[in-house]
Amino acid sequence: MAEKILMKGNEAIAISAIRNGVDGYFGYPITPQSEVMETLMKEKPWETTGMVVLQAESETSSINMIYGGASCGKKVMTSSSSPGISLMCEGISYIAGAELPCVVVDVMRGGPGLGTIQPSQSDYNQIVKGGGHGDYHNIVLAPASAQDMYDFVDWGFDLAFKYRTPVVILADGIIGQMMEKVEMHPMKPRRTDAEILEAAPWATTGKPAGRERNIITSLSLDADIQERFNRKLKGKYEIIEENEVKFSEYMTEDAEYVFVAFGCSSRICEAVVDELRAEGIKAGLLRPITLYPFPFKEIERLSKQVKSMMSIELNLGQMVHDVRLAVNGACPVGFYGRQGGNIYTPEEIVSEFKKFNGLA
Amino acid sequence: MTGHKQMKDMSISIEEIKKPENRIYGKPSLLTDNVMHYCPGCSHGTVHKLVAEVIEEMGIQDKTVGICPVGCSVFAYNYIDIDWQEAAHGRAPALATATKRLCPDKYVFTYQGDGDLASIGTAEIIHACGRGENIVVIFINNGIYGMTGGQMAPTTLIGMKTSTTPYGRDPKLNGFPLVIADMIAHLDGTAYITRQSVHTAPAARKAKNAIRKAFEYSQKGIGLSFVEIVSTCNSGWKLTPVDANKWMVENMFKKYPIGDIKDILK
Repeated sequence: MAEKILMKGNEAIAISAIRNGVDGYFGYPITPQSEVMETLMKEKPWETTGMVVLQAESETSSINMIYGGASCGKKVMTSSSSPGISLMCEGISYIAGAELPCVVVDVMRGGPGLGTIQPSQSDYNQIVKGGGHGDYHNIVLAPASAQDMYDFVDWGFDLAFKYRTPVVILADGIIGQMMEKVEMHPMKPRRTDAEILEAAPWATTGKPAGRERNIITSLSLDADIQERFNRKLKGKYEIIEENEVKFSEYMTEDAEYVFVAFGCSSRICEAVVDELRAEGIKAGLLRPITLYPFPFKEIERLSKQVKSMMSIELNLGQMVHDVRLAVNGACPVGFYGRQGGNIYTPEEIVSEFKKFNGLA
Repeated sequence: MTGHKQMKDMSISIEEIKKPENRIYGKPSLLTDNVMHYCPGCSHGTVHKLVAEVIEEMGIQDKTVGICPVGCSVFAYNYIDIDWQEAAHGRAPALATATKRLCPDKYVFTYQGDGDLASIGTAEIIHACGRGENIVVIFINNGIYGMTGGQMAPTTLIGMKTSTTPYGRDPKLNGFPLVIADMIAHLDGTAYITRQSVHTAPAARKAKNAIRKAFEYSQKGIGLSFVEIVSTCNSGWKLTPVDANKWMVENMFKKYPIGDIKDILK
C-alpha cells in the first residue's frame, strides 16, 4: 500500500518534484501558488536529492532560468499564477522556439490585469492557444485534484522530453489550495550526467573534442529556414495531437446531454450529473485532461448522440469555442461560467442547464 | 620586414619557419573559420579572439558554456567553438544563473552589449550580482545600439549623437548615462570588476589577462566577475576605425575610466 498524505495541491506539486527527480525549480512568489516554493524551501531537497531551488527576482527571470536549465538537459520547472504567467510568456515562446523541455505550473486566478486572487480558469486562451508570440503550442494538462497535481509533474516531464516542448500544468486556485489525500509513488532518482547525455544529446553540457558544438537558439534570420522550422514544429504538433489526447468520461454512454468541463469545474459537474440523473435526466460529463491536444474527436462523437452539450468554465467562455469547433453544428452548444474568482454551485449549473435546454 | 630579411640571411627554409615552435602568433583553435559579420574596426572581433584564447589556454573547452545576448553579438555562437545558449534580450544572466547552479563544475559566462545588459536586462544583471552567482560577465560598452542601427543606449554619453538623439543626448530629454560597473561594485555578491579596452595591443593583452582572471575567479565560489570592455562602434559612431579609437580614448574613457574597480582577493 503506497503512502497517502493529506496535502494541498500546491504542496503536491513541490513534493512530486522532489520525489520525481526534478533537477531545478526557479520561481517567484504569487498568490494562490506560493506554497509550491515555500514547500520546496522547507523540504531542502538540495540536501537530499541535490535539486536546486531558487527564488528569482521576477517571473521574467525565473522562466529564463528555466530556459538556461533546460538548455543543459536538466529537468527544470517553475510555477506561477496568471499575471506572472503573462510575464513568462515571452520566455515560453523562446523555449518552444528553441525546442526545450520544461514544466510550467499555472495556478490560475481571476483577471485581466491584477484581477483577484481567487480561483479562475480564464487563462485557457492564453495557455492553450499559445500565449507568447509565434507559431507554437504548449502541451497543456488540466489537473482536477491534488493527486493529479502530484502525478502530472512526472507525466509532464515525460511529454516535455519526448517532444522537446514546454508543458503547462493548467491548474486553478481551488486545485492549488484544496487539501486532499495524495498517494506517493516510489521515488525516482535524478538523472545522472550519463543519462542526461543520452536523453538530451543536444544539451549544452560542454563541448568535448569530437562533437559539434551544441547551440540552443530560436533565431534564424533566413525566412526559408524559419519557415522550414515552423513546418517541422507543425509536424511535431500533429504527432502530439494524434497520440497524446487524454480525457475522462462520466456517465456519457447513454447520455442525452453532455457537459464539457476541465479542472475544478469537472469536479463540480460530476455532482451536477448526479443531481440530474437523480431527476431522471440522462446527463454525462466529458473532462478534457489534455487541453492541448484537445479531445476534438471524442466531443464530435458525443455530439452525434446527444440533444445538446454545455461547456462549464470559470471564465467568460473560452474552451466553449473549441467545443463548438468539435461539434461543428451537430447539436446546440451552451455555455455557463462565473468570473472574477466566483465559483458556481451544482444547483446553479442545474438551473442554467434547464434554462438552456427548455426543461425549466 | 627586418625579420624576413634576417631569416633569409640565415638561410632558414620555409619549412623551418612553419614549425609550431617557431610561430609567434596564430589564430586560436577555438575561433571558427566562419566569416565574422562584425564591421571592420568593431571591438567584438578582438574580444571574441581573447575569450577564445583564454578558454583554449585554460583547456576548458569541454567545461565552458557561453550565453549570447541579443544585439550585434547575438551570433557569437558562430565564432567560438564551444556550447552556447542564445538568450532573450537582456536575460543572459538568468540563463547563466541556472546553468551554473545546475552544473557547478562548468565555466559559465555571458557576453552582453550595453543595450542588452544596461537597459532591458538591468534586473537580471543586478540580481545575478546580488546573489553572487559564480559566473563571468563580459560587457561590451560602446555607448550605442549597434545592431538596430545606432540608437541611444543607456551608456550613450551626454551630447553624443545617435539615431534617436540626433541633436546629441540631452539629459533633460534622455537622462544620464548608467555606469554599471561602478553600480555593481557596491554589491556584496561581486568578486572582481574591471574595465578594459582592446584598441591597442597592450590594452588587448591587459583585457585578456582580466578575462582569464574572471574565468579563474568563477571557479572559486566567491561571486560574480565582470569585465567591461569599453568598445568602439565605428559604424554607429559614423567614424573611421582609427578615428573611432581616438574618439573613444578622448571621450568614453573620461566617463568610463580603464582599470580594476574591485577585486576581493586583493
